[in-house]
Amino acid sequence: MKNYKEDFPILKQRIKGKPLVYLDNSATTQKPKAVIQAITDYYEKDNANVHRGVHELSMRASIAYENAHKRVAEFIGAEEEEIIFTKGTTESINFLAYVLGRSLKAGDEILLSEMEHHSNFVPWQQIAKEKGAKLKIIPITKEFRLDMKAAENLLTQKTKILAITHCSNVLGTINPIKELAKMAHQVNATLIVDAAQSVPHMQIDVKELDCDFLAFSGHKMFGPTGIGVLYGKRKLLENLEPFMYGGGMIEEVTQEKSTWKDSPWRFEAGTPNIEGAIGLAKAIEYIQDIGITNIESYTGTLTEYALKELKKVKGIKIIGPQDINNRAPVISFTIQGMHPHDVGEILNQEGVAIRGGNHCAMPLMTSLKLDGTNRASFHIYNTKEDIDTLIKAIKKAQDIFK
Amino acid sequence: MKITKEQAQQIDRSKISSSELTEEQEMYKENIIDYYKHPRNKEELKDYTCKHRELNPICGDEIILYLKIEKGKVKRATYTGKGCAISQASISLLTEKITDMNITEAKNIKREDIFKMLGIPISFVRTKCALLSLKTLTKSLEETT
Ligand SMILES: Cc1ncc(COP(=O)(O)O)c(C=O)c1O
Repeated sequence: MKNYKEDFPILKQRIKGKPLVYLDNSATTQKPKAVIQAITDYYEKDNANVHRGVHELSMRASIAYENAHKRVAEFIGAEEEEIIFTKGTTESINFLAYVLGRSLKAGDEILLSEMEHHSNFVPWQQIAKEKGAKLKIIPITKEFRLDMKAAENLLTQKTKILAITHCSNVLGTINPIKELAKMAHQVNATLIVDAAQSVPHMQIDVKELDCDFLAFSGHKMFGPTGIGVLYGKRKLLENLEPFMYGGGMIEEVTQEKSTWKDSPWRFEAGTPNIEGAIGLAKAIEYIQDIGITNIESYTGTLTEYALKELKKVKGIKIIGPQDINNRAPVISFTIQGMHPHDVGEILNQEGVAIRGGNHCAMPLMTSLKLDGTNRASFHIYNTKEDIDTLIKAIKKAQDIFK
Repeated sequence: MKITKEQAQQIDRSKISSSELTEEQEMYKENIIDYYKHPRNKEELKDYTCKHRELNPICGDEIILYLKIEKGKVKRATYTGKGCAISQASISLLTEKITDMNITEAKNIKREDIFKMLGIPISFVRTKCALLSLKTLTKSLEETT
């Protein structure tokens, strides 16, 4: 296996005199040279506004921007018209809460799961409040998996929206979206998938999953911040009214009324994040060159190794599935007698970057009765040595707190 | 962009923490862990004259401070709560510090006094943890008068 650290300039640095071991990939991944270069190239050679000019630069920028839609579509098995660029997962989901929320009525139900990130929780909580709809929550099992029996009971004719994460950013649990799609569609509910943690790590085919909408962020998959994706089934998007109004999304404007462009342009008002789209397209190309299935199996072996090693350390408890089936390279754990932020700070002294806290999942933390967890998450540039360094640093932290 | 004096101080502090700790700081670090594991004044006070709760959403720290104030003096100060070592040691130390103190004097406690009391360098991201104790005290005292 190639050492992919070489592709990422930032990883060459030392922290506190020690080699940086970056294990906070669920929060954001680092960027390969190719992506950084693509953004620089765009600004040095092709920068112009898109869809607005007939001059050479505008044409180049427009082509690059449209090609980015194509690249994303191809990557997740969608069509170009089904890809809307947003600021990220959070904006994608807020878009849906706002646009789909328009047709919600009092008494309608929105179904979520206990393991949602705040960005797939709070927008629904708010829209439910506004519309007098009811929020219902699918619990998780003792094994940290989605309780499918409960899901079946909670999905009723009243359920209009099922919004659920594909992969939990806390537990690493991967949810059975295909099955949930079948169940949701039986009651004519719309299935929305938060794929922020799954698209960066596993092969996604939206047609096979049969979800109605799917959201993810570029920055968690080697792309820049400020660019994300909302996928929607073509026939659903065709019937949706815009989210924002302004330049770039209109077909005709008179003093009396306006008409809209077709999807996806109808949903991208204003000058978009062109550099972000170009960077994301490059990031996908980078992933495709390695092969997403190769990434999946490599990070899978890392996860297996990390679980095994972490379990050997006294006082550590894994918060998430204990096996690697349907599990992403995201491992939460607690250390007896130590708060995650103290752990994180001591690990930082060893050059190890992990995340500690509630991971924007306070409802989950509350139901697990935890103040927070430590979380290590891996990607293609991590190695078994990184995990060994992590374990050593944890033992050092335990010594300090002894 | 101009950075404020306060930000500069914070950046400075985080620089300090990147270097090895002095022997004295090591001692303080042990002191903090000791206060974290064996907290002083951590109990609910039944006959408090004022009670106030503050949260630090970054760490999920929580402090509930109970004060019994008599004749302009802090007769007793206790707390309950949860969170990281820095936030919890900080409030535990602070309750000791303000016991028997005049309210006016307690109101005058500054950020710098807290950092001095803790004795170890506090990095930029942990400033909120360290100062949650002071924030809780300040708000409590505002409520009493
Ligand atoms: C599962 C999940 N959903 C949503 C988000 C929000 O993504 P973003 O902050 O990029 O909008 C995250 C990122 O932290 C996540 O892990």
